[in-house]
Amino acid sequence: MNASSTAAPLAQDTPWRQFVRDFSQSRIALFGLALLVIVLLLAVFAPWLAPQNPYDLAKLDLMDSRLPPGSESMLGSTFVLGTDGMGRDMFSAILYGLRVSLMVGVISGAIALALGAGLGVSAAFFGGRYEQILMRIVDIQLGFPAILVALILIAVLGPGIEKVIIALITVQWAYYARTARSAALVERNKEYMEAARGLGLPTWRVLLKHLVPNTLPPLLVVGTVQVAHAIALEATLSFLGLGLPITEPSLGLLIANGYEYMLSGKYWISVYPGVALLLTIVAINLVGDQLRDVLNPRLAR
Amino acid sequence: MFVFIMRRLSQTAVVLLVTSLLVFAGLFVVGDPVEILISPDADQIERERARVALGLDKPGWMQYLLFLKNALSGDLGKSFVYGRPALEVIFERMPATLELATVAMLISIFVGIPLGLYAGLKPDSKISKAIMAISIVGFSLPTFWVGLMLIMLFAVQLGWLPSTGRGPTTEFLGMKLSIIHWDGLKYAILPGINLALFKLSLIIRLTRAQVRENVLLDYIRFARAKGLRKSRILGVHLLKNIMIPLVTVIGLELGSVIAFAIVTESIFAWPGMGKLVIDSIFQLDRPVVVAYLMITVLMFVVINLVIDILYSVLDPRVRLSAAKN
Repeated sequence: MNASSTAAPLAQDTPWRQFVRDFSQSRIALFGLALLVIVLLLAVFAPWLAPQNPYDLAKLDLMDSRLPPGSESMLGSTFVLGTDGMGRDMFSAILYGLRVSLMVGVISGAIALALGAGLGVSAAFFGGRYEQILMRIVDIQLGFPAILVALILIAVLGPGIEKVIIALITVQWAYYARTARSAALVERNKEYMEAARGLGLPTWRVLLKHLVPNTLPPLLVVGTVQVAHAIALEATLSFLGLGLPITEPSLGLLIANGYEYMLSGKYWISVYPGVALLLTIVAINLVGDQLRDVLNPRLAR
Repeated sequence: MFVFIMRRLSQTAVVLLVTSLLVFAGLFVVGDPVEILISPDADQIERERARVALGLDKPGWMQYLLFLKNALSGDLGKSFVYGRPALEVIFERMPATLELATVAMLISIFVGIPLGLYAGLKPDSKISKAIMAISIVGFSLPTFWVGLMLIMLFAVQLGWLPSTGRGPTTEFLGMKLSIIHWDGLKYAILPGINLALFKLSLIIRLTRAQVRENVLLDYIRFARAKGLRKSRILGVHLLKNIMIPLVTVIGLELGSVIAFAIVTESIFAWPGMGKLVIDSIFQLDRPVVVAYLMITVLMFVVINLVIDILYSVLDPRVRLSAAKN
């Protein structure tokens, strides 16, 4: 509780160093960060790290299908995490799946952040009717569960990777808009904003260079949590068969593919992609939790 | 108060209109509605008849009005798969979903509030920390994954409970229910827990936060100073005060439980509305999908409306701030 007050900023401390020190005060958050970095590296370098290209059907051998973890293939290499019904190496499939899941989560999160932040900040800045209507829409949308909104969109738009991203953006933007607006409402009346306006800077400059950067910390916190949500939601949609196509299997789809084998005791096809999904979501949430504690001025007692 | 309710009612109407417009757009603008609404093996004459019946010779806005008119009179088309009105098919599946939702809500309320109370009253104890850790897990894990693990552990490995499906049903008050007998109830335990997990975590955290806020307030101190028994302070004074936000959230979550049931029902092959809508999406049974979406959205706006009104009755501050806008 008094952790941050004992770490009173020294004179030579830059905000960044202060931030790093505050962040690393929680060991579990550091663990989460390390985990997140590993997951990101695995996803980015998947094509070089994976022992097999899981999409290359020529490389797959049906003789190798449904092998338990640690078995050897017909050609002598080892399947560390076993194989699926097609004889695909699960470890490789998970790395590629991680890539797809993270990509969808991050892309939809980034677009939703830009869209939501833009609308939210402008609502706070311009106010009036515009603000009222926009915030009403946000309230109404947040009254519906994300899965229902996503389902309506997918049912209307049809399946496909870009449709899933559209659905995820639609689900997320309202959170960013609400956060950005409340942050901007606080910042709007601060002295630096008055100074910027007093200098006669053009409106777009006041908005983009002064207001927007100062609303970023809370958005960052919401962003981490939202990306985790987006990844989980995409996995759920894919698990239901409404998400990504079979040609781009995300973790959710891998889990769904293993479901039928699970009831007969072949747990690894479903469980390991699930563990990968879990570690990713938990890592992001741990980092997000700590970010919220560090960046929230209300908690810094 | 009247102004408040009228405003909310008109907003509700707007939401329903927008949803219907969206669904209409999905059905009638994207793709040929005749292809979608008529079974593929229909001949040319039938197609033409459908075209006229659907009013496709009329301009777009008139088509939309027609769609609205039919929807208002409860006609959302016939299911291709079942050959009966889509609404009828959905209402048939509704008891199963409501049953599952009830089990889930009961679990989350009767487990969540006591755990939350404990964690709020003794925030530093080991048990409280464990409770909070569980609630974080319940929050962050995807529902479908937890469901799979429950099946794997309790149905496949231990064999204690059935993995999928719904138990034998009995007629009760005109509805076919399964949970009134143990034979049926045991089928509902795993999906019930699965569906409850998120709400449970939410209720634990909310109760804890409320308790921690309230124990510092004057009325609790006063009750203590009066020398009231601890159980009375807890059970009467504290519980009453934390109930308002809890009831709101529980009410709001009632709708989302039904929406989330889509996932749980699909995993556990529970024959409710959620499973029906997923199956219908795959079978391209569009009328059922549309009917489901319209019903769920309607249900949602009604729940939100009732909660808004209830809340403003319970808490005058809400009414005042809404009137000021």
